Amino acid sequence: MSTKSKPIWVRSIVGAAAATVLVGGALAQGTPVKIGLLATLEGPFAAGGADGMRGAELAVKQRNGMVAGRKIEVIKGSSDAKPDVAVNATRKLVEQDKVDIMVGPLSGGEGIAVKDYAKTQPNITFINGGSGAQATTLVSPAPNFFRFNTEGAQWMAGLGKAALAKGYKRVMVIAEDYAFPYSQVQGFMSEYCKLGGKVPVKAWVPLGGKDYSSVIATIPKDVDALLVVLGGADAVNFLTQYENSGGDKPILGGSITVSQDVLNYKGKRRDSLVGTLSAGPLADAYDGAEWKAFVADYRKNYPVSAGGYPSPSLFAYVYYMNMKAALDGLDAVKGDLSGNQVKYREALSKMVLKTPTGDVRLDGTARPSAPPLSRRW
Amino acid sequence: MSAAQWRRAMKSGESSAPGRHHVLPAHAGAATATSPAHIPVYGVQGNSDAAGWFAVLQRSLQARHILVALFVLLFPLLATPFITFQVGAQSLILGMIALSLGFLAGYGGMVSLAQMTVAGIAGYAMAVLGTSSATEISLGWPWWIAVAFALLIAVACSALIGWLSVRTEGIYTIMITLAIGVAFYYLVLQNYSVFNGFQGLRELKPPTLLGIGWREPIPFYFLSLACALAGYFLVRYVVRAPFGIALQGIRDNPRRMGALGYSVVAHRVAAYALSGLIAAVGGILLAWYNALITPGSVGMSWMINILVIAVLGGVKHPIGAFVGAIVFVLLQTFAIDLIDRERFNLVIGTVFLAIVLFSPDGLLGLWAKLRSRFSPKQAISSPLRRQL
Repeated sequence: MSTKSKPIWVRSIVGAAAATVLVGGALAQGTPVKIGLLATLEGPFAAGGADGMRGAELAVKQRNGMVAGRKIEVIKGSSDAKPDVAVNATRKLVEQDKVDIMVGPLSGGEGIAVKDYAKTQPNITFINGGSGAQATTLVSPAPNFFRFNTEGAQWMAGLGKAALAKGYKRVMVIAEDYAFPYSQVQGFMSEYCKLGGKVPVKAWVPLGGKDYSSVIATIPKDVDALLVVLGGADAVNFLTQYENSGGDKPILGGSITVSQDVLNYKGKRRDSLVGTLSAGPLADAYDGAEWKAFVADYRKNYPVSAGGYPSPSLFAYVYYMNMKAALDGLDAVKGDLSGNQVKYREALSKMVLKTPTGDVRLDGTARPSAPPLSRRW
Repeated sequence: MSAAQWRRAMKSGESSAPGRHHVLPAHAGAATATSPAHIPVYGVQGNSDAAGWFAVLQRSLQARHILVALFVLLFPLLATPFITFQVGAQSLILGMIALSLGFLAGYGGMVSLAQMTVAGIAGYAMAVLGTSSATEISLGWPWWIAVAFALLIAVACSALIGWLSVRTEGIYTIMITLAIGVAFYYLVLQNYSVFNGFQGLRELKPPTLLGIGWREPIPFYFLSLACALAGYFLVRYVVRAPFGIALQGIRDNPRRMGALGYSVVAHRVAAYALSGLIAAVGGILLAWYNALITPGSVGMSWMINILVIAVLGGVKHPIGAFVGAIVFVLLQTFAIDLIDRERFNLVIGTVFLAIVLFSPDGLLGLWAKLRSRFSPKQAISSPLRRQL
């Protein structure tokens, strides 16, 4: 045991020495500002997580790696969409790597767990990555946890109306069984059912499931369309299996179902997604000038040949927004994080964030309001 | 691998097993009874109890034991709170759960993948009976009643799992315990009325006792250390007790032990219950460590991680579980710093593969091999050497 443990305290002595140096120099201008970046590089959202990292890096690159005269140092962490793994990775970034600001995590359940952890670290500012569960910032929020992306329920605005306009009167819901799809389905149903639509069946499937044949078998004949709120590998698996089993019902997509990280899986399934209605905070065909500039910038930095997508995915975009918020906030306080980051947090809560799809401001529950976009493939 | 081959492989690995415990020097309390050859000339019997114990201690203690004891006690003072909590406490907790598997596998010859499930049952039971964020589910009992009942429920479940699986052997035991574990995972994933589904139960905190917040890094480390040491010495004690000797006999030849009048099933089920107790304590600590329990904590990946930890360290000795856990936690935490962030799982996998490839007995086996290579004289009397 003693031989095995030696590296720990060698490490910890080095760590302690580094910490002393950091504390001593933290107030001086020109020291790098450390930002922890957490996304899912493993598990069902691995592809989305990698693109989220690209989005966040893009925000750093646009500032040439500098903010208010301080260099930006990004330290990455990885999880696999499980809350306990996300908290362990966050704890490492905050307590071991001593980051000043934390950006992440990606998935809904993780966001809630990291928010709980944020309460134990009141001197660090946490900014959400891609997590879109409503409960993250609505139920017992942490004062130092911010979110600049809108959440799952808000993203679905407009889809119910669009579905009815298409003549879909009865819709079956197939969604993953965790916080983010709950918000999405809630957002869809509150609008759709108010306007007279019916949701006769809801199938909740486990996150990271591989076999959807039993769900496909329960799809009733008399529904007009399916609302599919699955992400990453789950969406690809479901769509492939649904098509192979001869399914032909029109599909309505959740915000992360019809996203670049799903569309770019190899196979012909992507062709059958053409024409699918979905709703989300971004639309690839949206033609605002700022959006176009953002997409062009993304393409330039991450060409398809280097593993990027033809157009940024939802994860790239929300990570970009949140990282941009973190950096804009730093700019507003001129890189001053002293006094336990109180000034920085004030700046964040008052900030009007300029994003490629419009201005975002927080509404007092650390929950942003921004116009959603419906889109069509 | 066919069943017959499997059985042969299990047997050949254990052929040298009987008798090896007699020469382990670290725990001599029972050695006086089992290995008369090792009773030293200065008599123990004539002295008072305290002096006898002191003599036993003096005889069995070696420099390395004192070093390890000093190290684990002083560790939190040397390390940062992060290392103390995330590496130290987490290793001890995972080590305990792996220890419960090591006990079953090493001394009972039963490889159960459901040890994480037992730990999860304890964690869930505590969350449901005690307090958590889901006030409509948790019953809000005082923590000590909740913990006691959680242990009881987990031990009962473990005995039940044992009851179901003891009639199988080798790979079939693995299959049946895997099935039980996966069934429990899907139960907690899809049940909302008791287990709260994917979200699980959050805000599980150890109580504040004697003015100490037990989830602060250093108190939590010592809490874990105390439980881990208790589990370790419990296993060390039990394997020398008549029950443990009979269990090892059953491992090596169940038919002969049956013919001698020992109840094979009862001994095996009792072994499951005992391992369940150790796993349950680990499970409660793990729930406190994470401050939450979710289906992810009892999923397939964790069931296999526990097996990986046990195999990494080596199941031939209880300390192997903790050695394996330290390596596992260090890799999980720091592999991401060593290599390209997108590929760090490759490092973890390569290290595990290398260890198992070069030493089927895990790190303990590797250590024994190195010792026998570089100091031949010592190796002859080394207990680990004889295990190989």
